[in-house]
Amino acid sequence: MNINRMYCAAAALACVGATSAHADELTLCWAAWDPANALVELSKEFEAQSGHKMRFEFVPWPNFADRMLNELNSGGQLCDLMIGDSQWIGGSAENGHYVKLNDFFDKEGISMDDFIPATVTGYSEWPKNTPNYWALPAFGDVVGWTYRKDWFERPDLQAEFQTKHGRALDVPKTLEELKDIAQFFQGRDIDGTTVYGAAIYTERGSEGITMGVTNALYNFGFEYENPDKPYDLEGFVNSEGAVAGLEFYKALYDCCTPPGSSNWYMGEDIDAYKSGQVALQMNFAFIWPGVEADPKVGGGKSGYFPNPAGPGGHFAQLGGQGISVVSYSSKQDAALAYIKWFAQPEIQARWTAMGGASALRSVVEDPGFASSHPYAQAFLDSMAIVKDFWAEPSYAELLLAMQARVHNYVIAGSGTAKEALDGLVKDWVEIFEDEGKL
Amino acid sequence: MAQSPITRAAQATPEPLARRIRGLSDRAIAWIFIAPSIFLLLAVNIFPLIWTIRLSFTDYRVNRPNRDIEWVGLQNYRRILTDSDIWQTMQATAHFLIWTIVLQVLIGFALAWLINSKFRSSNFWTTIIVLPMMLSPAVVGNFWTFLYQPQIGLFNHAIAFVTGADPASFSMIGDVALAPWAIVIADTWMWTPFVMLICLAGLRSIPESIYEAAECDRASKWRQFWTLTVPMVLPFLMLAVLFRGIENFKMFDLVVQLTGGGPGNTTELTSINLKREAFEKWRTGYASAYAVILFVTVFGLASIYVKALNRVKDR
Repeated sequence: MNINRMYCAAAALACVGATSAHADELTLCWAAWDPANALVELSKEFEAQSGHKMRFEFVPWPNFADRMLNELNSGGQLCDLMIGDSQWIGGSAENGHYVKLNDFFDKEGISMDDFIPATVTGYSEWPKNTPNYWALPAFGDVVGWTYRKDWFERPDLQAEFQTKHGRALDVPKTLEELKDIAQFFQGRDIDGTTVYGAAIYTERGSEGITMGVTNALYNFGFEYENPDKPYDLEGFVNSEGAVAGLEFYKALYDCCTPPGSSNWYMGEDIDAYKSGQVALQMNFAFIWPGVEADPKVGGGKSGYFPNPAGPGGHFAQLGGQGISVVSYSSKQDAALAYIKWFAQPEIQARWTAMGGASALRSVVEDPGFASSHPYAQAFLDSMAIVKDFWAEPSYAELLLAMQARVHNYVIAGSGTAKEALDGLVKDWVEIFEDEGKL
Repeated sequence: MAQSPITRAAQATPEPLARRIRGLSDRAIAWIFIAPSIFLLLAVNIFPLIWTIRLSFTDYRVNRPNRDIEWVGLQNYRRILTDSDIWQTMQATAHFLIWTIVLQVLIGFALAWLINSKFRSSNFWTTIIVLPMMLSPAVVGNFWTFLYQPQIGLFNHAIAFVTGADPASFSMIGDVALAPWAIVIADTWMWTPFVMLICLAGLRSIPESIYEAAECDRASKWRQFWTLTVPMVLPFLMLAVLFRGIENFKMFDLVVQLTGGGPGNTTELTSINLKREAFEKWRTGYASAYAVILFVTVFGLASIYVKALNRVKDR
């Protein structure tokens, strides 16, 4: 009897030992925002299936890049999985922070053709437009606009706008139309409250104003480089169109934004919109589910539209991230198992349903997707016109130079748009020279 | 008779160890005691300083671990000293430093003078006045951001009440002309109590008998103030200026929270700029040179100042 008990106990211990040998505690690092909470919920399924335990390290957006790039640059082992910003891909690939995923994708039958092409280029590839993958597209995002549909539909405002502009107060087709609408609402009294035109990105410290101004620059003709000659910037970054785009963004800031909005990014724009301060809001699409669910501005009171076209084209700033395995992790097998689980179509579908944003084509091209939410069509239209900032290893320097030049001109009113962009060319050339690329 | 702890410790020391210690000189024992502190000082302060100086002559970047490190001589120093943006941050720092010190000394001294007159409930008011300096700079930065909010900010409404202007017509932290003053006001609000406390200590250290003697000599209150109070409080005041000067030269958290260095780079102080170079642009060699320049500046100015302070104390 006693011997039998001993055998049972030994067998039980062996089973526990076997499980714990394979069960790892994985840490996933990302920004602290609504989609991250959805991912925590979704990941419970992975924990149940795999036996691995998930831990999460979320950092607020303004400090996200600082904190996580510090972690990667110091070879830290805090994160096993990193949902890093799209622009980090070049540096993380070249400096060996991320594990290259090509062999893993081939082995597990994960095809990048199954994902929205722009997200594959933006989140996964380095060098760009080559089949070298360092991440799985995890969260599709893009800058778009939210507007107060209930205000737009008011007959008195419609009549006044029609008289003033000779067209209906409706979703703007061009950036100039958007400015007209913002100006129309600026300082207007609505239900006893003074409201303003638009909340736009003006933040200086991290990436805010760049993520905002590019939506104007792209559509007026700005290009990062000569399409035929890499790193040839003169005449592309500071082209006439680019200058006009920068002037447009400053004019929009000067005419149509709430007082004191000189350092606003995602959070401030959301607050201004939800508190009924502004008629329009520029923001990444990730906020749309939250707006729709908001008791004050949701439930049909808000509408959504892609960044309007300009005289030089029709683009929108890409946001979003891919999920990568950190090369300093000692639990790479478990981390790859997470990516394999996450890439499954049914998990991707559930990810979107829970508040994430899948970049898997089978999810977003599903016939029911466009009508699944009031913002779904705007998301699809926006994802079709995306353009991204540099993803070079020196992206942080390139970004900070642009932040400084643009903020100095748009917010501080220093110099002219031409001087700001000429200065930007000078800064960027210097950075590429330091990098040995020029 | 009860034995003293020292005797008990001596008795408890094992004989071989006791024999070894008995052979040590006083100097050796002193070294044994201070060695851990010296080791810590070398490890935490001196070694990083030497390492920083070494890095300042290279093009090292911490985010490019695979790249060769090149010796660039004085190039980093030359670039920093000829960079107009860096001179602008120096100007912003000088503006912040000078005005905060002037305002904090004037207001702090005035408050100390009032509190020292020991009116009813002066202790209560002292407690209220020192509250701001007990708060975290990040918290202070955050709530001054709300106070400066054009539509709902208390500060804007107070100014509007006095001047009759529309509170939403000006933005303290969004306007190029006002932002440098916005950070000066917030810092003054937070740190004036510190200067006040030091001045109060100075005022209370003056013996009453000196004033009584001055009264006997029929010196006016005005004369007593300039010939007794000010000279005797001056070393304390100078000490407060030294502390605030060094602290504000390093100012970071409050300003980052309030303006982030903007609008443009109007309030980008040297410490914020240095952090950007080191931990956002990852130009480690360049940032090291920048840090060395700032260190030499602060160290040099502080040394001159301390000499002057000692001269005043000796008078």
